Amino acid sequence: MSFFSSFKTFKGGVHPSEFKEFTQNLPFEIMPAPAIVIIPLTQHIGKPANPVVKKKDEVKAGQVIAESSGFISSVIHSPVSGIVKDIHLEPTISGFPNECIIIQSNDNSDIDLMPQLDIETVSPDDIISRVRDAGIVGQGGAAFPTYVKLSPPADTKIDYVILNGCECEPYLTRDDRYMIERSTDVLNGLKLIMKALGVKKGVIGIEDNKNQAIKAMREIVRSEPDIEVEILKTKYPQGAEKMLIKAVLNREVPPGKLPMDVGCVIQNIGTAIAVNDAVTKGEPQITAALTVSGKGINNPKNIIVRVGTPLNEILNYCGGLKDDAAKIVVGGPMMGVSQFDVNAPVTKATSGILVLTKKEANAHTETPCLNCGKCIEVCPLGLVPTKLTRFSKLNMYEKADEFSITTCMECGTCTYNCPANIPLVQWIRLGKKKVIRMQKEKMSA
Amino acid sequence: MNSITENTDYKLELASSPHIHSRWNTRQAMWMVVLALLPAVIASVIFFGIYQIVIIIVSVAACLVTEVLIKKIRKRKIIIDDGSAVITGLLLSLILPPNFSLSSTAIGAVIAIGIGKEVFGGIGYNIFNPALVGRAFLQAAFPVPMTTWTLPENTIDSLSSATPLAAMKFDNVITKPLNMFLGNIGGSIGETSALAILIGGLFLIAAGIINWRIPTAMLTGMILFSGIFWLIDPLKYPDPLFQVFAGGFLFGSFFMATDWVTSPLTSKGMWIYGILISLMVVAIRLFGGLPEGVMYAILFMNAFVPMINKFTRPRVFGEAAK
Repeated sequence: MSFFSSFKTFKGGVHPSEFKEFTQNLPFEIMPAPAIVIIPLTQHIGKPANPVVKKKDEVKAGQVIAESSGFISSVIHSPVSGIVKDIHLEPTISGFPNECIIIQSNDNSDIDLMPQLDIETVSPDDIISRVRDAGIVGQGGAAFPTYVKLSPPADTKIDYVILNGCECEPYLTRDDRYMIERSTDVLNGLKLIMKALGVKKGVIGIEDNKNQAIKAMREIVRSEPDIEVEILKTKYPQGAEKMLIKAVLNREVPPGKLPMDVGCVIQNIGTAIAVNDAVTKGEPQITAALTVSGKGINNPKNIIVRVGTPLNEILNYCGGLKDDAAKIVVGGPMMGVSQFDVNAPVTKATSGILVLTKKEANAHTETPCLNCGKCIEVCPLGLVPTKLTRFSKLNMYEKADEFSITTCMECGTCTYNCPANIPLVQWIRLGKKKVIRMQKEKMSA
Repeated sequence: MNSITENTDYKLELASSPHIHSRWNTRQAMWMVVLALLPAVIASVIFFGIYQIVIIIVSVAACLVTEVLIKKIRKRKIIIDDGSAVITGLLLSLILPPNFSLSSTAIGAVIAIGIGKEVFGGIGYNIFNPALVGRAFLQAAFPVPMTTWTLPENTIDSLSSATPLAAMKFDNVITKPLNMFLGNIGGSIGETSALAILIGGLFLIAAGIINWRIPTAMLTGMILFSGIFWLIDPLKYPDPLFQVFAGGFLFGSFFMATDWVTSPLTSKGMWIYGILISLMVVAIRLFGGLPEGVMYAILFMNAFVPMINKFTRPRVFGEAAK
């Protein structure tokens, strides 16, 4: 990226070292299914799925093992063929223990597929029900059930679908590889999403550090008059929904509102691939594509694994850890979750596993705030992190609410940029939870 | 292969995101400021002689000793390698008259750290720029030595009065612009060479340590306000370029007003702060009893910073502008 980049963007943000070179040019590898998979019943935002199998049941890869339990929930399929060993609490990548179905796998050669649908003739309703039946959740990190996003209230007018190809987190290259290796499928996924929503216009937003992906996608949309590739400045958090919409369409999503309130639906590149595979191949979402990277792993890779594969199996497959490895993070280094148990399994929405070294992981010493304003300068949402932190520390939640603490999306840009090493977003995260609880208590009082 | 995945007794580092940090921290930034002041130090030696180094060392040493003693009395952790007391000492010495008394320098340094910083609770909590507090005290306590100017050692021009501002104010004499740019004029130890100040200041802006908005706002304000008077009566009032290069204006713009602790938090606030400082400088220089007003203008505006912060909160993304 260049300092004088003329590409569209948003106000604020930072540009951490990218470290994409570790995996940017490595094609996806398919990792063999492990002997045991651990399938959490909560892999999505919303209600946990209800298991429909029991101990000692025989299951086939692609078979439904847990049903959706509400509007915002998702169905789960078995990623392997084998025997259900048990259903119990296991540590998960979220940091919380979760009810999991444990399956001992045997033969994985063949997967139960749904009927293939024709991309030209399939109806919007059929696309939506297929996305629901395939258990697709958003691949951008939040794991929101995708079919819900494709079923907006009838009075909502949506005019744009934006595919998020920013991948603004350092290290991660999954979406980049998808666009390079499977550009046609990305485009078909986008077209299916547009068709399901009845939307005419589509945009694929890509940061300017992904030359190969930009070239591939530009080539493929040449014959599509209603779909454009928009090159965006490489800057974190360009891939945040609000920042992406601002950069591409110059629309601002107000606090507490959703992208659909300004006429947009955002989908991740990985989600477009999943939608394409579910419709055209009848595949349920039983695999996760991810980047395994970081300075503490021997062989960084882009790999496709079965959902439920424990982290340590993947780390071993990637050559194991280096001696100075100290921290394992699921997701990107800016918003990912650090892990305490390497037996935690990969879920549908996992986009990366990073191994950071001692040098990177060691916390910096906090020094007093000098009011330099560097947190305010970079906050993409116009907040005052230093003040919010002070309010949070002093339990001044009314004040924190007045200063819009709940608008914070916890991107971590302020903490990254703070020269005093103050854990700003960490304090804000805490304060935000307390303010939300305070608001709920007020409502019920 | 590392033991973490094989051994059950592994220990992983846990932390809430983000897991990476920019390469900058306060300590590095402070030492960069010290580095950026070196051109001004060198210029002072060239123009006023090697003795100025002694004043600088006394000032820095007195600041460090005061910091350590007060931290001991307050039973707080002593941190002096963060460079902040060194900066205060350097800044104070550079805004004193050349060949200033060493004992008075030390007194100024004690006041700068003691009253300017530590009584407020130490680094980060002070309202006023400590170095300027020290100088303001010296100005009040020793008015005559504080306005006794030694001319540069190899001055070619004969000046009827010591500093360009005093010459302008009391004798209506305008100093040659080239001398003012290089620093071959009467004035405070580190303030005379615009060139040296610009080298250090632009370096700090390029490194992202000081915010470009404050010096830019001050320059814009200065050219605007002094320009208005100059256009009204060019014979009576000096031109804007003279005003920019004279006295402590440039030094104040890059090294005093940009102090993180005592300047506003927001971009809009920085603009307001810088422009108002210049307005006050022009008012004091043209209509006040003193020839120079940068110190008082910055101290005065320091007091308004909390208010400026309150009224310049950024617009929350997605909310209508208020």
